[in-house]
Amino acid sequence: MSLDLDRLLKSLEKLGEIEMEDVTIEADRLELRVSPSVARMAVARQAAREARALGEARFEFKPEDFTGQVAEVTIGATKADGGTRGSVVKLGGETAPAFYPVEDSMPNHPVVTFDVFDMSQPQFAQEQRKVYSKVWDSPSKWARYCEEELGAEMITIHLVSTDPLLQKIEGGAELYKTPEEGSEVVKEVLKATSLPIAVGGSGNPDNDPAVLEKAAEAAAGERVMLASATLSQDWKRVSQAAIDYGHNVLSWTDLDVNMQKSLNEKILDLGVPKDQIVIDPTSGALGYGIDYSFTTTERIRLAALKGDQSLQMPISLGVTNAWGAREAWKKKKEWGDRKYRGPIWEAVQALILTVAGADLCMMLHPRAVELYKEILSAIDSDEVEKKVDPRAWIVGI
Amino acid sequence: MPKNITPLTVYRYLPKTNCGDCEQKTCMAFASALIDRKVVIEDCPPILEPRHGDDRRELEDMLRPPVREVRIGTEESGVLVGGEEVIRRHELTYYNRTAMAIEVSDELEPEKVSRRARSISEVEFERVGMVLKLDAIAVRCASGDPGRFAVAAESCMDAGMPMVLCALEPGEIGAALERVGQCRPLIYSASKENWEEMSALAVRYGCPLVVSADTLEDLASTVGKVRAKGVTDIVLDPGTYPYSGGLGKTIDNFTRARVAAIGEEQEVVGYPLLGIPAVVWMDEGESSTKALREAMLSSALMGRYADLLILKTMKPWAHLSVMTLRQNLYTDPRKPVAVEPGLHEYGSPDSSSPLLLTTNFALTFYTVESDLQSSNVTCYLLVVDTEGIGVQSSVAGGQLDPGKVADAIRENGVQDKIDHKILIVPGMAARLKGDIEDATGFEVIVGPRDSSSIPGFLDKKWEK
Repeated sequence: MSLDLDRLLKSLEKLGEIEMEDVTIEADRLELRVSPSVARMAVARQAAREARALGEARFEFKPEDFTGQVAEVTIGATKADGGTRGSVVKLGGETAPAFYPVEDSMPNHPVVTFDVFDMSQPQFAQEQRKVYSKVWDSPSKWARYCEEELGAEMITIHLVSTDPLLQKIEGGAELYKTPEEGSEVVKEVLKATSLPIAVGGSGNPDNDPAVLEKAAEAAAGERVMLASATLSQDWKRVSQAAIDYGHNVLSWTDLDVNMQKSLNEKILDLGVPKDQIVIDPTSGALGYGIDYSFTTTERIRLAALKGDQSLQMPISLGVTNAWGAREAWKKKKEWGDRKYRGPIWEAVQALILTVAGADLCMMLHPRAVELYKEILSAIDSDEVEKKVDPRAWIVGI
Repeated sequence: MPKNITPLTVYRYLPKTNCGDCEQKTCMAFASALIDRKVVIEDCPPILEPRHGDDRRELEDMLRPPVREVRIGTEESGVLVGGEEVIRRHELTYYNRTAMAIEVSDELEPEKVSRRARSISEVEFERVGMVLKLDAIAVRCASGDPGRFAVAAESCMDAGMPMVLCALEPGEIGAALERVGQCRPLIYSASKENWEEMSALAVRYGCPLVVSADTLEDLASTVGKVRAKGVTDIVLDPGTYPYSGGLGKTIDNFTRARVAAIGEEQEVVGYPLLGIPAVVWMDEGESSTKALREAMLSSALMGRYADLLILKTMKPWAHLSVMTLRQNLYTDPRKPVAVEPGLHEYGSPDSSSPLLLTTNFALTFYTVESDLQSSNVTCYLLVVDTEGIGVQSSVAGGQLDPGKVADAIRENGVQDKIDHKILIVPGMAARLKGDIEDATGFEVIVGPRDSSSIPGFLDKKWEK
């Protein structure tokens, strides 16, 4: 057969159709397969080349197709809702990724919750000690300091002294608190501050369910966030406590979209309503795994917006671990002044995770929080603060 | 490159001679390698012949990433920007990490210009086995004097870095290009008003060109015009407004441009995006405050698709935070999270050398390894399978299991290599000291919380 098939195919791509005259094909079997998309693309390429040559260009933006919506979760209950909080925070409600160019797709602004611990934290980095050493002997003092001096919207009380392993460390026995004693701390903190709160355990998987149950009971009606239910502990007890006492529960997994989905489904199946669940896919520190967190968070949020019901919850991330990175705290001349280095480390971590989809950041350093809030409010606001020519910097900086 | 390109489609435009000049076995293998960006079209000598011109052009268009790759500077010392294939990194990977340029003003005396240029080229941090560096010098005509600008540009040349020439007037750019045009600097920028003259300069010197406009619609129309004049290497500047009422729009524009370029193949915005966090320096205020805001703005823009940034700060903490974020975001997400568990040796350890333990989370392992190697520590490092989870989380989540530590000691024949029974665990695993001792029969010493302190820790505590 003398037909040049390649040329035939190429013509077909260019023209979209081809007419053959006076052709005799003698063959047992002739199969012509041309993918219509390949042909379409070739035609588009040709058109683009012609347009380029003519200098024609137009821009048109069509947002990607998002059909899902993230549930809106309220933390805190005021008097009207049966609690005693002076204010509440609302998380979630998005219909597009963070800062996406679609009007009103991000109804609530991202929230910061300040970490408060139930025992002093001498291991804190120097820059943190400067801020908190004066209040860390009392969680209620610490909480009030966050509210009154640092302008916190929300705080998290971490009941780290409820870890029974503390008793094995020298001097730890006196610090250890039973779940009941832990719940007293929660009551104290609720009395000391009017802010909505989250309650964290010690991270001991065997003990946290009991600690969070007692805390849930002590905070009944305050719509706190119980942090957290995880697959490595008895998540059922923690989730049930959220149902029994009207709280939110933080569903926490390790950087794995499928694990997050599966834990969320279990918690939903148990009967916790979607608008009482917040998810924490784990924050890696800047420089130490934040890429995994960025991508897991982004994937979870995209899946939610594309309709995956079991992931349509606001996302909370623990940003304080930025201070675990040596770049944040270590004295090293080549890295510059620690006064700025620690705060920027924490602030950049919070910001990039918010870009990926975080609704709530657990943070520690007030300067980091300030930097983070400053840029978010500049992104958020439509009010023109200052009009500048974007090329004026050439002569103006 | 459209997602549905297959090797077969690419093959159709190749010479199909299997000549092997490209060092691939067959044209089909070359086609696959082209799609994976392991080779470039120019690696196929026959297709460069004029008679294959149509095929080559077709291939170039087909394989071109939806965000074009633009080189600033020369073949030898230039930096590549753009070249992105996906909107979100998990869809494949991001390719060319965001280039960071630092500004230099022509109002400085020439020797100060060259000193600043040199110090920009010397900024360097080592993290997890990688050296992080700045990428370019953005020399700007603040004086309004073309002669002075040309001298300043020339004074930057010794530093050997790619350059961005920033000026409002084509005359200023022209004067500088006479001196440094051979370095192929990026020209900043062509606007609605001066695009014709700026394009002429870009074509004459073969330089890449920034197109600036307030709206993407205006940007597209100017891109169209400069392309028709023959400019092929283009960088887009949709404007960086750092203030309320402007920053939201800036982020919107970056997102709209990138989503349209990749999601809808709108090739008119399929070019690298330039962000200018240095604009925060137009404000009054303390320099460290501005450097902090500049680092935040840089991070936001990097998270929203900026391919090139111009900054002013020389504060190391600002560089380190932004460069670390860049290192993380541009890590290939396809690479595994876990490394193989096993026993590693550093230096030439003998039977009395210390035995350390860490997890098989890749990042933990490489951090520890780079700390051991950079201080020439002699030791054994037992990498335990924690399902790819780091120390802190695996202690909390139970993946760092004392039973598994005992298995790892046995399976790796640790006892054949050392004649002591002491295991040093990370500081963050202190909680498991007793349990690991019970499971292994080893004495457990709690090491530092941060692996950078291992060398000092061993100096003090390890006598044998």
